[in-house]
Amino acid sequence: MTEPDAVIESHGLGRDFRVRDGLRRRTVVAVDDLTVRVGAGEAVGYIGANGAGKSTTIKMLVGILVPTRGSVRTCGHDPVRDRRRLVRQVGVVFGQRSQLWWDLPVRESFRILASIHALGAVRERERTDELVERLEMGAYWSTPVRQLSLGQRMRAEVAAALLHSPRLVVLDEPTIGLDVLSKQRLREFLVTERRTHGTTLLLTTHDMGDVERLCDRVLLVDRGRLAYEGTLAGLSRTVGAERVLVVDLAEPGADLVTVPGARHLGSEAGGLRQRLAFDAEVTTAAKVLAAVAEHAEVVDLSVEEPDVEDVVRRVYASRR
Amino acid sequence: MRATARTYARLLAAGFRRGSAYPLAALGGLVANATFGLLKVGILFATLDAAGGELNGYDVGAMSAYIWLSQGLLGSVNLYGRTDVAERIKNGDIAVDFARPLDVQAASIALELGSRLFALLPRGLPSVLIGVLLVGMSMPTTPLPYLLGALSVLLGITLSCTTVYLVAASRFWLVEGRGLEILYMVASGFLAGLFVPVPLFPGWLRTLASATPFPSMLQHPVDVLSGRVDLATSLGLVAVQAAWLVVTAALGAVLTRAGRVRLEVQGG
Amino acid sequence: MRGTLAARTAPYRAVLASRVRAQRSYRASFRMDLLGSLLVGLVELAEVWVLFHGVGRIGGLDLGQVLLVFGLADVAYSVADLLVGHCDGLAGFVRRGTFDVFYLRPQPLLLQLVTSDISLRRLARAAVGIAALVTGLVVNDVALTPVAVGLLALALVSGVAVSSAMFVLAAGVQFFVVDGAELTNAFVYGGRYASTQPASVWSRPVKAAFVFLFPVAFTGYLPVVTLLGLPGTDWLPAWLGWCAPLAAVWAWGLALLSWRVGVRHYQGGGG
Repeated sequence: MTEPDAVIESHGLGRDFRVRDGLRRRTVVAVDDLTVRVGAGEAVGYIGANGAGKSTTIKMLVGILVPTRGSVRTCGHDPVRDRRRLVRQVGVVFGQRSQLWWDLPVRESFRILASIHALGAVRERERTDELVERLEMGAYWSTPVRQLSLGQRMRAEVAAALLHSPRLVVLDEPTIGLDVLSKQRLREFLVTERRTHGTTLLLTTHDMGDVERLCDRVLLVDRGRLAYEGTLAGLSRTVGAERVLVVDLAEPGADLVTVPGARHLGSEAGGLRQRLAFDAEVTTAAKVLAAVAEHAEVVDLSVEEPDVEDVVRRVYASRR
Repeated sequence: MRATARTYARLLAAGFRRGSAYPLAALGGLVANATFGLLKVGILFATLDAAGGELNGYDVGAMSAYIWLSQGLLGSVNLYGRTDVAERIKNGDIAVDFARPLDVQAASIALELGSRLFALLPRGLPSVLIGVLLVGMSMPTTPLPYLLGALSVLLGITLSCTTVYLVAASRFWLVEGRGLEILYMVASGFLAGLFVPVPLFPGWLRTLASATPFPSMLQHPVDVLSGRVDLATSLGLVAVQAAWLVVTAALGAVLTRAGRVRLEVQGG
Repeated sequence: MRGTLAARTAPYRAVLASRVRAQRSYRASFRMDLLGSLLVGLVELAEVWVLFHGVGRIGGLDLGQVLLVFGLADVAYSVADLLVGHCDGLAGFVRRGTFDVFYLRPQPLLLQLVTSDISLRRLARAAVGIAALVTGLVVNDVALTPVAVGLLALALVSGVAVSSAMFVLAAGVQFFVVDGAELTNAFVYGGRYASTQPASVWSRPVKAAFVFLFPVAFTGYLPVVTLLGLPGTDWLPAWLGWCAPLAAVWAWGLALLSWRVGVRHYQGGGG
């Protein structure tokens, strides 16, 4: 029997909520007409502003919510009818909800989860060792979950979701609130995991950095509807979103308004720090930096990515 | 700079408003209230029946009044032992409160009192109504018991707030304050006369109960309001309530000050 | 993939074992909880005792007989509370998102909820019930014939079933009334209060509620009436105690139905 190709397949998926608004009841459309297909081994970023329907979609993928319209199949299964069979092939990390037991050491949680997923002793040992090593959890393996920092906890959550080597991993805002180092560690782990095991990845996030490092494709959802589907580069191109080069100069100076390919956004501390926006399709950060260096001595610099809100706003504006 | 009475009045109002935020819970609570009330009617009326219709000053009408008034007051009198301020003391957030120009004890009591006074509306009045409609009860026909009763109810509710504050204050010293909370929850309902009227207790138990503030929280207000006791006794009961209120409030103030010192010493 | 019984129950046993370990590891607070549980049991006994001490017989029972009722009913309730007492906290689980985590595991939702915790501290309360039960048997000179033992065993098992069904019923109801967990208190804790009373003192509506709808009268009073050969009363024939298993089946039917409907509502299916 050939395995179905699509790991996630939805047609016209929609979900409404009836919300109490004071004394009246109104219908909120959380997700509408979502038709997507995610193939095996793909890594898809599911982005959108808060309240755009991302968490609702994930819940429908796993069978927590029943769709109001349309259909969805995850790993070839109907999530509501075949939840228990489906869940053996899917791992989910909810950013806010924990899968671990709060008052137990991390390793206890893993032992219980191994039992829940009916992993044999050998496989449990192998998989646990692999995850502990690759996510560097050894230091806090015996610590109760409630004493972990957010970064440590998220790594444990991701490991817990992957313990049973699922075909599909869904991560709902996994890097929210994490420091730069933890984010990086997590991203590297996910990249390696995909390469080694061919796991399909669906990632909802607010963080463009996550999308850039991890995803081949993005689905941008705006108020429950799919606004864009394609590569990240294509998205930026479509939207004309700009990156921002922030330079710290040796001495306060005049505004750098004559840098080719860049637009001056603003200055701080009398011109000591200046922000220049540029279109990544037209020029590069290096070129802009070189141009700036001709005018003034640059002491430090950083580059800001367009944030999701900005991109979403532009997409929405361009659709009107 | 000390806070004015207006600040405490605002806290009271805020507590009142907070109580009104969960209408559905109030309805559910009413059903639970009515259920317990009807169960109490069953067993307590049968008790009176077995005693020949009258027992220690209670006849059917008085018993019904006791049942529905006590059920009505249940939402307002704190017989659980838990408060918000206990949590704040336990995790040290109380240090922030001490830095404010508000008296910590008075402020937390005002807030608590506000929401408990509110509860009289969705719980108190309907309970009495159910009693009157379903079972019937003897209530006084002159205005004086009602006036005195209102005062007694107010004293009772406030007393429960000041007493439960003592349990919270114990957390300045006790690591496992839960023990005291559990003890309070277990003892308070029983000794306050929640399930059996205190006058029906055997002598020694009645004496034991009167050595605690609990009867003054529930039993006395119910007795005064229902008019089961005469004027002289009512005044006496109210006086006892007032005395307990003063004692618990004073003790609370002492503990708060000592607790504050302890916090500062610990560097909290 | 059907394995052995041990294999299939392994996930549930793993969670329960971890809860037991967690509770026993917090020595001081566990002891505190045990003490609290004991006190609660004693106070509830006192509430019954105070009434009967003043007056000879209430509802056709004297103190010794009501002690037996209390013992049976309270042991059943304590065991049920120990096993599934946490279930009436469903509203809180839903609010905190803990319930959603159950969906991610390849086990039935209700079974996960039921086995997600166990409250060992209720053992202390059960001790009070057992003491009352034994005392009641002695004081009433109950001859432990096979029939008597059979009735007692049936009553206890059915009692645990009925009491635990109340907690599960509460969980199902709480899907609908997330802020109204107070509503379920009416039959969970109201039921407990009712179970230690002689049902003969109730009005007909109350009997309808706590004998036939939420059949907690079968956890203590009705079996004792049958056991001691006491006369039946209005709507409550003396042999009704033998029907305790039927009450258990009914109670669990109600509970499972409410769970099913509740879950469907939570998932938004069917409207």
